[in-house]
Amino acid sequence: MLKTFPKGGVHPPENKISAGAAIETLPLPTTATIPISQHLGAPSAPTVKKGDKVKVGQIIAQSTGFVSTNIHSSVSGTVQKIDDSIDASGYKRKAVIISVEGDEWDENIDRSPELKKEFSLSGPDIIKKVLENGVVGLGGATFPTHVKLSVPKGMKADVLILNGVECEPYLTSDHRIMLEKADEIIVGTQILMKALDVKKALIGIENNKPDAIEVFSKLADKNPGIEVHPLKVQYPQGGEKQLIKALINREVPSGGLPIAVGAVVQNVGTALAVYEAVQKNKPLIERVVSLTGKSVKKPANYLVRIGTPVAELIEASGGLPDDTGKVINGGPMMGKALNSLEVPVTKGTSGILIIPELEARRRPVQNCIRCARCTQVCPMGLEPYLLMTLTQKSMWDKVETNHALDCIECGSCAYTCPADRPLLDYIRLGKTTVSKLIRARKQ
Amino acid sequence: MSATVIFTIVSLSAIGVIAATILYFVAQKFKVFEDPRIDQVDEVLPGANCGGCGYPGCRGFAEACVKANELDALFCPVGGNDCMADVAKVLGKEAVAKDPEIAVLRCAGTHSLRPNVNQYDGAANCTISSNLYGGETGCTFGCLGLGECVDVCNFDALVMDPETGLPVVDADKCTGCNACVEQCPRDLFELRPKGKKDRRIYVACRNMEKGAAKKIGCEVACIGCNRCVKECAFDAIVVENFNAYIDPIKCKLCRKCVMVCPTGAIHELNFPPRKVKVEVEGEAEKPKAVKAKPEPVVEVAASKAEAQPERVVEKASPEALSNKENENTSDQSIKLGE
Repeated sequence: MLKTFPKGGVHPPENKISAGAAIETLPLPTTATIPISQHLGAPSAPTVKKGDKVKVGQIIAQSTGFVSTNIHSSVSGTVQKIDDSIDASGYKRKAVIISVEGDEWDENIDRSPELKKEFSLSGPDIIKKVLENGVVGLGGATFPTHVKLSVPKGMKADVLILNGVECEPYLTSDHRIMLEKADEIIVGTQILMKALDVKKALIGIENNKPDAIEVFSKLADKNPGIEVHPLKVQYPQGGEKQLIKALINREVPSGGLPIAVGAVVQNVGTALAVYEAVQKNKPLIERVVSLTGKSVKKPANYLVRIGTPVAELIEASGGLPDDTGKVINGGPMMGKALNSLEVPVTKGTSGILIIPELEARRRPVQNCIRCARCTQVCPMGLEPYLLMTLTQKSMWDKVETNHALDCIECGSCAYTCPADRPLLDYIRLGKTTVSKLIRARKQ
Repeated sequence: MSATVIFTIVSLSAIGVIAATILYFVAQKFKVFEDPRIDQVDEVLPGANCGGCGYPGCRGFAEACVKANELDALFCPVGGNDCMADVAKVLGKEAVAKDPEIAVLRCAGTHSLRPNVNQYDGAANCTISSNLYGGETGCTFGCLGLGECVDVCNFDALVMDPETGLPVVDADKCTGCNACVEQCPRDLFELRPKGKKDRRIYVACRNMEKGAAKKIGCEVACIGCNRCVKECAFDAIVVENFNAYIDPIKCKLCRKCVMVCPTGAIHELNFPPRKVKVEVEGEAEKPKAVKAKPEPVVEVAASKAEAQPERVVEKASPEALSNKENENTSDQSIKLGE
């Protein structure tokens, strides 16, 4: 029997149409728009000004706190301006806009393709290096990796979990790097194990990627301490808490972090970025992005420089299909529709999904028929219909006592609702309001 | 048999008497004294329980009124000065008369002036939409048009206009209770003094982007050009983040700023039509500024039409005029332009 999380979950059509497409390097953009807030936490502070010449890998914005990180130039050229520019949030936020001239890299970056296995750095030095090179969680939440690696006092990690699940339908970027960069990911895993001082690493991969499971099983045999576990195909298997429950059968307490049960979860993409940061001195300036969709001419996986407009990826895949209804940043379950194609690729962009008009529209909202499907599929064991109703009635104390803050926003409830109720929309509203109230109470 | 009945009656009566005695003493011991004036004050309040005063309902406000030494800081926006005078009478205190306030919407981006650039099909709730993204139009500060303010208004004073996509404040019904001001996720409502004869002037824009950027998204945005600041003789206007704000206390309602605003972002309400001015060459520029303005507010449009009736007649139907006359009019307009 394959391992999985015990509660809830759904299984949407997988549609991994770009899984067979090898990673291609996308040509450089003419201008790169690099937002100064690409991670969870405090936005970085720009260190360059208009007219400055920058090289690839040069720091352009400095970390401004513990939960923050550095941002590097992904291109070489001149800083055009530091101005508000539309980003994936749908709002205009501050970004460094660089006009690209040539492709001149910082001298300290090792661009050779050879695998570098040996590393001598100590744990704290690794964490420092990770921060310097601006590595964040590449699974989508973009939580700064150095924060996750800095285990709080009094806590101890005993296992590292590598997330190669990629449970979102359509997306294939993690799948491709697992096939093409497996050796690097294994070294990255060893570096992460050293930083956390753990002896065991578990790699979780969904069973719909047998080729990746095979590659990693072979590598795991050669590397003691690393194990590979095939997992049942079930959304949201890649959720941090679900993955921990599935692999080591521990339950993260309500409101707690995975470290409370001795686990640290990192995405495979993050492991690759850590390898590049520590071994090659290469900051996080590019990432693999899937460009996919049913009517896309050439579904593909591109290695893209951060700051490239989404429009250029779409152009490279044969342009925007005529029947486009929505362009989504991320997967169909948790992704968010974009309202402009000028939005740049950021550290958190795992895929760009183009949905045809016929599938893009939401159906009209109907009354709740009390079928309780949302409760059945909620992987956190919440009652989505109740949270929605309480939010609509502004009963915030009850929203809080019904654990709205434990919602992981996976969208299973809204996906399964036969009455097409916007459950997640309202739960999110409840969550933001309750967190605001809690913050106000603490002051 | 009868003995059982008698015994039951006697014992139950005894329990009743004992319990009543205990309850009597307990009631004496734990008696809560409530000022009878609270009830009296509560009676003269409107009973809307809207929370506009800042207290939880009218009862809470009545308690606060009785407790307070002075009524200066307390005000019931729904009842207004009359209601506060009644409260003062009950309590034997003095009420300070306050200017009544009314909500104004600081956005004039109608469907035609601020066209949609994308479609939103999520939950019909302004806060959800605002948390999600910048909105359907090119302006990320303007009204989202989903009517959360209408839902929250207890007095039916707000109605969504389907043609413009903006809520309309009914001046007769609005009590200035602040509910819409607190609810709007874009902070578009403001309570402003009702003004003499209900006349108000305000900037109907909250966009904080740079001028050129917001002009793309909306035709009637305040572009922060500072012309109104220069025109104002009373220092009532400040421009912050490329957005003008008129201080209602300093403003003397002279309407000069309305005339110079190049985008028509400054609205005037309930003013009489402007007086017809004698055509003096030097003044030709001013009406021009008005002319360049779109017409979001009916009152403005009306005043404009009447402000320059002579010119309107002259230029109204050029087709009807002969070529010669046409030349004359164009000559004249050039002259006026000088």
